[in-house]
Amino acid sequence: MSTFDSFKSLSRAMFLGFVRDRTALGFTVLFPLMFLVIFGGIFGHQTTSRVTLVEVGPVPVVDQALARGAGELHGVMKVEKSTDRAAALRKVEKGDADAVVEQRGTDLTVHYSAADQVRSGTARGLMQSIVQSENQSASGKPPVYKLASQQVEDDSLKAIQFFTPSLLGWALASAGVFGASQTLVTWRTKGILRRLRLSPAPISTVFGARVAVSLVVALVQMALFLLVAQLPFFGLKLQEYWWMAIPMVLSGVLAFLAIGMVIGAWAKTQEAAQGVTQLVVLPMAFLGGSFFPLDDAPGWLKTLSYIFPLRYLNEGMLNVMGRGLGPASALPQIGVLLGVAVVGSLVAVRLFRWDAA
Amino acid sequence: MAYTIAVEGLRKRYGDVQAVDGVSFEVAEGEFFGILGPNGAGKTTTLEIIEGLREADAGELSVLGLPPWPRNPKLLPRIGVQLQASSFFERLTAREQLQTFGSLYGVPAKKADAMLEAVGLDDKADVRVEKLSGGQAQRLSIACALVHDPELLFLDEPTAALDPQARRNLWDVLQKINTEGRTIVLTTHYMDEAEILCDRVAIMDRGTILKLGPPPVLVRGLDAPARISIATGVLAADAARRLPGADEVADDGVSLVISTRDPSAVVAAMAAENALTGVQIRGATLEDVFLDLTGREYRA
Repeated sequence: MSTFDSFKSLSRAMFLGFVRDRTALGFTVLFPLMFLVIFGGIFGHQTTSRVTLVEVGPVPVVDQALARGAGELHGVMKVEKSTDRAAALRKVEKGDADAVVEQRGTDLTVHYSAADQVRSGTARGLMQSIVQSENQSASGKPPVYKLASQQVEDDSLKAIQFFTPSLLGWALASAGVFGASQTLVTWRTKGILRRLRLSPAPISTVFGARVAVSLVVALVQMALFLLVAQLPFFGLKLQEYWWMAIPMVLSGVLAFLAIGMVIGAWAKTQEAAQGVTQLVVLPMAFLGGSFFPLDDAPGWLKTLSYIFPLRYLNEGMLNVMGRGLGPASALPQIGVLLGVAVVGSLVAVRLFRWDAA
Repeated sequence: MAYTIAVEGLRKRYGDVQAVDGVSFEVAEGEFFGILGPNGAGKTTTLEIIEGLREADAGELSVLGLPPWPRNPKLLPRIGVQLQASSFFERLTAREQLQTFGSLYGVPAKKADAMLEAVGLDDKADVRVEKLSGGQAQRLSIACALVHDPELLFLDEPTAALDPQARRNLWDVLQKINTEGRTIVLTTHYMDEAEILCDRVAIMDRGTILKLGPPPVLVRGLDAPARISIATGVLAADAARRLPGADEVADDGVSLVISTRDPSAVVAAMAAENALTGVQIRGATLEDVFLDLTGREYRA
């Protein structure tokens, strides 16, 4: 008799059990994917809101500038026209518009509010540059200096570059911890563990099969995430060494399974296992940087985030998938995740019980 | 002769409770052996020790000539254990369950269909376990225990929570398995079940075996009277007392019950008086044996 046949057959049984469970399938695969669609949709298309400028009476300088540099200027400012000067000024006071502009002959006046320094500053700067460029073109000479602006980050680092790896991390964490803890408690309370113990198959085969199924499911999750995020609407651009995310995902799953095993070995009932799992996964997802980037978080929060294994998975995947760092950049994180897997498994083995009694 | 199971002085304590308190018995090859007793008698613990799921505190134990503790992979393929009817992988069909459990023993997948037929579930092969009735799940559970063709089968209260029809159905299955030459050890708290199925029963209470033997021998050893009952009004109580061989007569307004140690004489006399309307004759049962042994009514 071959252990490998038992392994294959058990894996098949567990995989069938998983795909036939619509709820689990929805929670581990579709639910995180839905988050990706929502987050990617909202933040992926976010532009800094434009400056709203109200023209009182005719302002030919601004109109000319708009006509000339149409695309660029429209991207940063929105122009409204008004004949009611008082109403336009009130709009600025209330913050509904950022500035009011009037033209008398060759003199332009900008009215702004001191309430929002940043926005009024932007509005004034914009008007300044419009007036200067109109002055320059009025002189009839070609401009001597040209300015081109370039962002320092890779210009592909959009929201989707962050959300794809970090939401995938959350999906893997909840699938791993839930899967392992529920399986263990269910098998114990239903007596499946007892049946397995009474068979001559080595216990390692049984657990190996369960782990293998989790790893396959995780790779499917990853493939789905990457496919959806790469749709033109979301526009994920995978970096050169994205494939390093595969060993990251696998070691992450091992870590989360180990955590789930600890919960499953400890918990007496499915309800207890479910509650504790939530208690572990949700804070880990929030503080581990799955729902918002931790780059701008306060120092103490950043430090705290490193107690969560998910933090390492998110960071490692973000580095290789989103930021385009080299393959070696993920190695420390993989090391930490595998360490968690080993320690978790050892604790789980100590807590393990065959029987509910 | 080498016994299939030999148990000597088995003891097991849980905290303050002495669950098994010096149990000894042997089971021969091909025997249908029953352990009978109320809940908490120590039946299940005894069985679990023999199966190798628990370690005994004291005692000698051999199963098929081998010690079952610690977990013995040489012994495990030779025994089959029927567990509670819920011990299945979730969301798999009856056939898939059998294939999966079979694979743990290296049994080819095609064996599953033969097993389903053996327990009368061939038409349920593609039904998921969650959809099976209690009796069907119980039969599938037995099929799972038999899938690797064990020499020795353990059944722990297989008919608990089944309706009478399903119980009878299961008894047929079990008798068939036993006639194939397999040794079966069964625990039950149903007296009738033990009487019908078992070659020998051990009556257990409070961790010890009170009596052991074939059910008819135990019952006869009681020398308990037979009870003949007829409908009230067919025969007057006074007339009944005058029947030859009648020991005691009681009339509760529904039935008249005559206790006797010579039922043939009593029945012959009743027949002569044409007073056999609604007659029922009941001999002593294991229930009476239990009452006699413990002084307590048997309550399952």
